[in-house]
Amino acid sequence: MGAWARLESTAFSPERELARFREDAANAGAVASFVGVARARTRSGEPVTRLFLDHHPRLTLTSLEEIAADAAQRFALGGALIVHRCGEVVPGEPIVLAAAAAAHRRAAFEAVDYMMDRLKSDALFWKREDGPGGSEWIEPTERDRQDLLRWSAPCPE
Amino acid sequence: MKILLFGKLAESLGRELELDIAGACTIADLRLELARLHPPSAPDLAASRARACINDAIASEDRVAGPADEIAFLPPVSGG
Repeated sequence: MGAWARLESTAFSPERELARFREDAANAGAVASFVGVARARTRSGEPVTRLFLDHHPRLTLTSLEEIAADAAQRFALGGALIVHRCGEVVPGEPIVLAAAAAAHRRAAFEAVDYMMDRLKSDALFWKREDGPGGSEWIEPTERDRQDLLRWSAPCPE
Repeated sequence: MKILLFGKLAESLGRELELDIAGACTIADLRLELARLHPPSAPDLAASRARACINDAIASEDRVAGPADEIAFLPPVSGG
């Protein structure tokens, strides 16, 4: 196995992706995953009719590949997978899948948590929420910044 | 030289701009030039807000961009 990342410009099935990942990870004792889903409301409770994810033609995929590779190395994974949407996403649709395969569960759980925190801060996307009240570009939050700091301490051996 | 913009900057200034600049031009100069084209975007073009890339590599403010270079300005990200 290895570390993989893909950008999808149309809807993808996290279930199908995970099934394929698990097949490839046949020897792993632990497989963990997370799916991020487009919300129907903004943080302040306004309705969202569509999410738009802007991206860079080359650097966005590179940023995803780096995060998956970093996770695979840091947690000694058998495999790491990131699938991330770009373009228009409808509320209820998956935006991102992060999955990790490891010998044991601790590494698999932590790797997925790590990949999501990294994705929030380092993945090159720009999200716009569109609704009846207008459109708004999302800003990174203090919470996201703090979440990333969780991983700054050296890894325990 | 080609300027690529993303997110809110692209909405304000366009996805791609072709700038005809005579002589040497640093990243800092380019920020000022883009702010001149669209003054309301000036805060979003600041070095503290938008990272600059020259040909897909992060560039510091004093790096000089040439006529054949592609410069990208990346606003604060919101992926994941």
